[in-house]
Amino acid sequence: MKTSARVIYIAIVSIVAALAAVGIGAIVLTLLGADVFQTYKVILTEPLKDLFGITEVLVRAVPLILVALGIAISFRSGILNIGAEGQIQMGILAAAAVAIALPNLPKVVLVPLCLLAGAAGGAAWASIAGYLRARLGVNEILSTVMLNYIAAQLYGYLLRGPMIDPAELQTGSGTPQSVRLPKSAWIDRIIPGTRLHWGIALAVVLAALIYILMWHTTWGFKMRAAGASAKATRYAGIKVETCLLSAMVLAGAFAGLAGAVEVMAVHRRAIEGISSGYGFSGIVVALFGGLHPAGILPAAVFFGILLVGTDMTQRIMAIPANMVSVLQGAVILSIISAKMVIGDPYAREKFERRLSRIAHRRAKNEPDSGVGQ
Amino acid sequence: MTVANIILNILSIGIPFSVSLLLASLGEMFNQRAGVFNLGCEGIMSMGAFLGFMSAYYLQNTAMAPYANLIGILMAAAAGVLLGLLFAVVTVTFRAPQGIAGIGLQMLGTGTAGTLFRHFVGGVAGVPGLANRPIPLLSKIPYIGPVLFNMNILAYAAFLFVPASWYILYKTPWGLKVRAVGTAPRSADTMAIDVRRTRYQALAVGGLLAGVAGAYLSLGQAKMFADDIVAGRGFIAVALVYFGHWDPWWILGGSLLFSVAQSLQLSIQVLGISFPYEFAVMLPYVLVILVLSFSRSSSVRGPAELGVPYDREKRI
Repeated sequence: MKTSARVIYIAIVSIVAALAAVGIGAIVLTLLGADVFQTYKVILTEPLKDLFGITEVLVRAVPLILVALGIAISFRSGILNIGAEGQIQMGILAAAAVAIALPNLPKVVLVPLCLLAGAAGGAAWASIAGYLRARLGVNEILSTVMLNYIAAQLYGYLLRGPMIDPAELQTGSGTPQSVRLPKSAWIDRIIPGTRLHWGIALAVVLAALIYILMWHTTWGFKMRAAGASAKATRYAGIKVETCLLSAMVLAGAFAGLAGAVEVMAVHRRAIEGISSGYGFSGIVVALFGGLHPAGILPAAVFFGILLVGTDMTQRIMAIPANMVSVLQGAVILSIISAKMVIGDPYAREKFERRLSRIAHRRAKNEPDSGVGQ
Repeated sequence: MTVANIILNILSIGIPFSVSLLLASLGEMFNQRAGVFNLGCEGIMSMGAFLGFMSAYYLQNTAMAPYANLIGILMAAAAGVLLGLLFAVVTVTFRAPQGIAGIGLQMLGTGTAGTLFRHFVGGVAGVPGLANRPIPLLSKIPYIGPVLFNMNILAYAAFLFVPASWYILYKTPWGLKVRAVGTAPRSADTMAIDVRRTRYQALAVGGLLAGVAGAYLSLGQAKMFADDIVAGRGFIAVALVYFGHWDPWWILGGSLLFSVAQSLQLSIQVLGISFPYEFAVMLPYVLVILVLSFSRSSSVRGPAELGVPYDREKRI
């Protein structure tokens, strides 16, 4: 009885939260004068209609998984990394620079080297915010957001200046992009003719590794302890500052890796807009997946559908693709609210009391109605 | 160009630049004084900028044209209040973590503004915006006259709001309540101050100011709208509240310092000292990080319960 009431409670709260998120999206769609139901239908079903759509969803899911894994580590350890967007760009730059500088290395060496370089680039960028938080108590949300803006400018500067494709200067078109990466730095595609690449295998393997690292090692326990209660952790003799810094570095490494995979497998040269909001979508995926690798994998596929779907609504129904940001914002607000309501023992007790009162009244009313009339 | 001219030039660009930061950070100050850390400021400003622009854009050729800017500002303020209240529902009623909620609100606000803008306007379009209204006599004062007394109405209002918000915060019963629920909510609750209601009110006020700050960007400063018009000013405003020790006068100083630094960078470029413009654009963001790194070591403490949701039922 008790557990079933609890299940009903969780189900109701989740449904209400989902409706709230969908409802906020519906308000915006109504303002646009769009057919709300039709739009949601296109977003959620159109990407799954053919092989191209499905592979595109998975292509989007790869960076989402990688970024979300890093964000899950950082959130679990009590430091909020909002800077994945900038860390992705640093990863792209580092991976592309290594690939362009060492084109003659054999593939088996160059690909891992580029991936490591990307991870190192992201980690280095994140470590600034991690250090400032651990040492000077600077709010990491603000510093990572600022680092995003700085990274965007640095990225643009390098692609327009030092890293620009010499051919662009010759033809004079001046598109800000690097030269094409050497073939020995490419991550291969799985299905020819689509963009689905082996990065997805890497993402899944890393998800498993993170699960083991965070839930089955002492190190992971320390990190999660630091996130759950910094005071108690410090009292137990664990250096919370070190945990915060290493969580941030690891989160940055994952975001940088996502950038490296994107540039090596999908675009194959550093261009503007590769990160395309994955840093922010990754936050939503991580929260939606319950900050756990097992949840992040399906969540990334779901948001991959959403990303491809809103692209499609832009083409089919002329609804701007910015719509995805509206939905993501609404999802964040409703998820964190729902989590709090579900975890609130008083609200749940109140609900259970009310439920049992209704059940009680119904049980009493039945013989009554027979006597009454 | 004499040195005095250069300085006056920098100030005459920098001082109007500070208005949107000032309004947004004063709003954020009320939020934080009440104990709520609203990072969604960026999103609210975006919506404010869009609605301000939108009203002016659609009304500019109608009979309502003389009131277009006013209507725009009111729309922005109303949207700001609504989003502030939405944030209050999530963080005060449901007690959700404020940092993540702020990022959610930011995505929602910028996303909605961008979506609506692309649908209703699409490309680059300008509006007449707010005209400068030189104050008679005062604007004739040599040197400082043209710098201080030749701005638009919203800018004057913003600067006058600094002493007003000081008065509200320190000299009115409501201000006392706001400070109380941010510093000692349980004691405030014991004294029959409704913590939730006060926080709701503070968030509504903060949202209103952020919305108007956004409208200033599109109507008073850029006279147009773009997806990235706010460009992190909402986050900078939050940082300025730390830097300004949660006090209106310090916040005024902080926003002036910031915008003057920004216009300094513009004049360096005008003077022909060449360095990549990307580094110039980076400057304010770098400055925020530096400011945050150094202001945290100061002895001034913020509201004690900043960022902590108040749970009446919690046992202590």
